[in-house]
Amino acid sequence: MTIHQLSIFIENKAGTLLRVLELFKEAQIQLVASTIADTVEYGIYRIICSEPSRAYQVLKDAGISVALSDVFAITLDNEPGRAADAVKVLHDAGIGITYMYSFLLGGKGILVFRTDNPELTREAIILNSLSFISEKELV
Amino acid sequence: MYLHKEETLSRPQIEALQLERLQWTVKHCMNSPFYKKRFEEAGLTPQDIRSLDDLQRIPFTTKQDLRDNYPYGLASVSMDKVVRLHSSSGTTGNPTVVLHSQRDLDEWANAVARCLHMVGLRPNDVFQNSSGYGMFTGGLGFQYGAERLGMLTVPAAAGNTKRQLKFITDFGTTALHAIPSYVTRMYEVMEEMGIDPRRDTKLRTLVIGAEPHSEEQRRRIEEMMGVKAYNSFGMSEMCGPGVAFECQEQNGLHIWEDYYIVEIIDPETLQPVPEGEVGELVLTTINREAMPLLRYRTRDLTRILPGECPCGRQHKRLDRMKGRSDDMIILKGVNIFPIQIETILMQFKELSTNYLITLQTQDSNDEMIVEVELENLFTDDYARLHSLTREITRQLKDEILVTPYVKLVPKGTLPVAEGKAVRVKDMRKTF
Repeated sequence: MTIHQLSIFIENKAGTLLRVLELFKEAQIQLVASTIADTVEYGIYRIICSEPSRAYQVLKDAGISVALSDVFAITLDNEPGRAADAVKVLHDAGIGITYMYSFLLGGKGILVFRTDNPELTREAIILNSLSFISEKELV
Repeated sequence: MYLHKEETLSRPQIEALQLERLQWTVKHCMNSPFYKKRFEEAGLTPQDIRSLDDLQRIPFTTKQDLRDNYPYGLASVSMDKVVRLHSSSGTTGNPTVVLHSQRDLDEWANAVARCLHMVGLRPNDVFQNSSGYGMFTGGLGFQYGAERLGMLTVPAAAGNTKRQLKFITDFGTTALHAIPSYVTRMYEVMEEMGIDPRRDTKLRTLVIGAEPHSEEQRRRIEEMMGVKAYNSFGMSEMCGPGVAFECQEQNGLHIWEDYYIVEIIDPETLQPVPEGEVGELVLTTINREAMPLLRYRTRDLTRILPGECPCGRQHKRLDRMKGRSDDMIILKGVNIFPIQIETILMQFKELSTNYLITLQTQDSNDEMIVEVELENLFTDDYARLHSLTREITRQLKDEILVTPYVKLVPKGTLPVAEGKAVRVKDMRKTF
């Protein structure tokens, strides 16, 4: 139901994103999904990857500001309207979404998100039989 | 408990000794062409100094006087009695030079030994001096003082942090002198190398000084290193270290009044400030022969702590330095000291100890940018980072009365100085 996500604090400066990606390349760690917003000064680069714990250590050893945390990951059939259905479940339970992004994996849509109430979210996913993905299914 | 009987003097005894030594010093100063002329111009003779109050009749000596009489113009002994000089860098005009006779060096070592003894150091301690040697007085000053006390003294000097740590572990260093920003740097390298200062070293006493730092920064250093850290105050014009030092109460720095007469003045009006108020520290040396200084304006801002110290010493206590009157930033007509900003920043556990203040002109408007490093990424939520920035901004504004532009940067981004940390960059356009 939850998977590991790396969050990296990077300055909006030439070369910082490349440096992070080259560390992944050198360590032979594969990105599954990643997202970063365009902000003025700094950004939080969020990454789902193979071997997140090792990736965390590699980045930390390189002096990068990084955090490893759990985010929710649910699977959706690859057809119109499924994301709306899933978000409605959360909305109806009074859960606020902090951020969300999605990607396709093996013909299924994966919705990754953090909410303001993890306990309630866990309950809502189970009660509404939403299907989810585990970490080992990612790579 | 005391190293020298002078530490136990009562106030009347201190004042009697001061008058005697002041009268000797003033007479002795007439050997220097500079002071001879000064006294003549002021219509003053050494015989006019009959009480400690008469000190105020003597004109001030400034850093500019030292520059104008560079290098030997303030010598009060013949040059064959001078055995050492120390010089401070001359970023503006001539450097300044301070001359020492053999007796001056002996008395300097005694003063430093007294300070180190006061914080509990004894001959069986191993004292590592991670301070710049050469012209910087923190090197030789602590070297001779620590040796005078009888400690094994390691002249590690500054820089090469890994080698410093090897000395600490191999030699069983129990006491270390370094500037505060360098202690922080040492700790970072210890962390990288997996050294736990409490478990893997015998360090228990730190002497920190030469760089303004807040109480929060001291407490942080004590916590991370598992030591007691004592504040040291000195300046090259007054020999160097050993002028004033904290006792084990860690509440104010005893200034050795058998060496110096202390005044606190308003830097604008040059009049004494009321007891206990902040002003510029003015010192008169009364135990020095090669180059005594009368009423020297130090530019350091501090105050005399009222009341008696529980340690029993009656030598006055200076409060932690509030900065220097020439470090002062004037922004939008407001006087700001970097230490005020540091004090606020140190209260945020989310931040590292490095910061950088940049002053710049934006659309003919002067502004302050305060860059701070995130200690670690405690959240991956933009909203919480924004609210941290807002809270830092709000607290800084409450303290310094102008609104700075606070910028979070990743750890390791700001320059870490191995010498004195550069905390302020003034890039303003002057018109």
